[in-house]
Amino acid sequence: MTAPIVPDTHPPTASRGWWKENQQRLAPWLFLAPGIFMFLVYVIIPIFQSINISFYDWDGLGEKTWVGAGNYVELMDDEAFYTSLKNNVIWLVLYMLAIPMGLTVALFLNQTVRGIRIYKSLFFFPFVISQVVVGLVFAWFYDPNFGLLNIALGWFGIEPIAVLANEDYVTYGIIAAGLWPQTAYCMILYLTGLNAVDPEQIEAARLDNAKGFRMLWYVILPQLRPATFIAIVVTVIGALRSFDLISIMTDGGPWGSSRVLAFYMYEQAFSEYGFRMGYGAAIAVVLFLIMMVYITGFLWKMYRDEKGR
Amino acid sequence: MFPTPIEKKSAATQTLYKIALPIALIVWLLPLIAVAMTSVRSAGDITAGNYWGWPTSFNLLENYTAIFKQTPIGQYILNSFKVTIPTVIGAVAISCMTGFALAVYKFKGNLLIFFMFIAGNFVPFQILMVPVRDLTLDLGMYNTWYGLALFHIAFQAGFCTLFMRNFIKALPFELIEASRVEGVSEIRIFWFVVLPLMKPALAALSVLIFTFIWNDYFWATVLTQGADNQPITAGLYSLNGQWVAAWHLVSAGSIVAALPPVLMFFLMQRHFIAGLTLGAVK
Repeated sequence: MTAPIVPDTHPPTASRGWWKENQQRLAPWLFLAPGIFMFLVYVIIPIFQSINISFYDWDGLGEKTWVGAGNYVELMDDEAFYTSLKNNVIWLVLYMLAIPMGLTVALFLNQTVRGIRIYKSLFFFPFVISQVVVGLVFAWFYDPNFGLLNIALGWFGIEPIAVLANEDYVTYGIIAAGLWPQTAYCMILYLTGLNAVDPEQIEAARLDNAKGFRMLWYVILPQLRPATFIAIVVTVIGALRSFDLISIMTDGGPWGSSRVLAFYMYEQAFSEYGFRMGYGAAIAVVLFLIMMVYITGFLWKMYRDEKGR
Repeated sequence: MFPTPIEKKSAATQTLYKIALPIALIVWLLPLIAVAMTSVRSAGDITAGNYWGWPTSFNLLENYTAIFKQTPIGQYILNSFKVTIPTVIGAVAISCMTGFALAVYKFKGNLLIFFMFIAGNFVPFQILMVPVRDLTLDLGMYNTWYGLALFHIAFQAGFCTLFMRNFIKALPFELIEASRVEGVSEIRIFWFVVLPLMKPALAALSVLIFTFIWNDYFWATVLTQGADNQPITAGLYSLNGQWVAAWHLVSAGSIVAALPPVLMFFLMQRHFIAGLTLGAVK
């Protein structure tokens, strides 16, 4: 140890002793301080501020007017809110398809042939690129005049369908676009999980004549449980966060039929429809409460794992 | 249905599998291949509706120089880097410390703080949107790269802390105990004992955060506007509005926007996947 350049003005023994005695108690808080500070300022406090704003009528600039539960009462009668909520449910349900699809692709690719690593990473590609690009690519794929989808439909003699301009199909069209990167994500989770599957158990199961679907269900899937858990978590979060694709592909249209809560909130708060921050915040709170169900479940599982350690 | 190793199957099956692989890949990436193909077509092909036939000419250089000359796409890319790189450094630095604190020390509230970070990392963006925008405006950071980067650092701290804490928790604790017995201070333990062991986690987290932030679109539209400060994702959206029917340019722009994270992924593949699949294997 070199001598300190700046003369130490404190009585050396006392201060060193105090720090030495207490450093194990204080060190974690010093390490945590910057992270906790940033997280409180930008994440935790804003949650409560949003909840607070949801009880006001506010255009973002002028005075806030207290309306109590007024925004929530208005939501109850807002047809656009129900459309968004319904679409959120459709997103949640259909997005789950990414999990079996990802597993299927992973099982297909779980071989050792030449160049398989390159195949695996190319299959993973859609997840790496931005959702903005995915949205543009699919908007184009669906184009009624020259989109590949309609050309393919034409081979079967089906009239072109303007997927993104049709109220009935639009949400499904966007979800299909979202499933593309999400399947890639689930695939990579399962590929990693499959790497860790115990080959002896498989061998034993084979000797017991397990094969096909029974093998998958009773021997493989139980071992893939951690991967499935993570896949469910990220897929639920992904489904409820859906915003980018909707904004890029349809901007909520046609006639608001592809909105989800996340998008509707943004529209109410920040768009030409008027800066209704209070109303937007109320929508965000509803979305937050839905998400909270999953967050609580996740934390509960983590808590049990921690205690079991 | 667990696939038998293909080597044990008949020669015919093996050949079939090897043929099926590239076909499946082409189908899977078809939308992307189409975009790449279109990005080299001429404007004439686009107006003539020749989207899928053989291009009449290959305009690779023309199209890609055109987007850089006619649009501020270069500026958008630069803005993306200005937001992404500080975010990666900031979020990783902060979470090294929080992760260390939560993994190594036993103190009251440890689990509570850990859960705060996890829960915060999952909340919908919309519940933060209005207050964060106001805060950024109040700080005079609206429409600046650092305003956007600061928020990203704070928000990513949630995920990064989860990642780092679990990684450090898996390190051998005896190392830290031995150093303590030797009288090494806590800060030096962090810097000289634990940090060197965290290199794989640092690499994995850096590539992941790079991709997440590069691809962020929502916060870019909430906290910035205009070509001077918007990152490429938001920029691509507004360019798409300007380039009506100029699909060859839209495609070229999309490819350019996708390139940095794709390169990052290919260069750091192992780390990237290790990061993403954290927790997928026990």
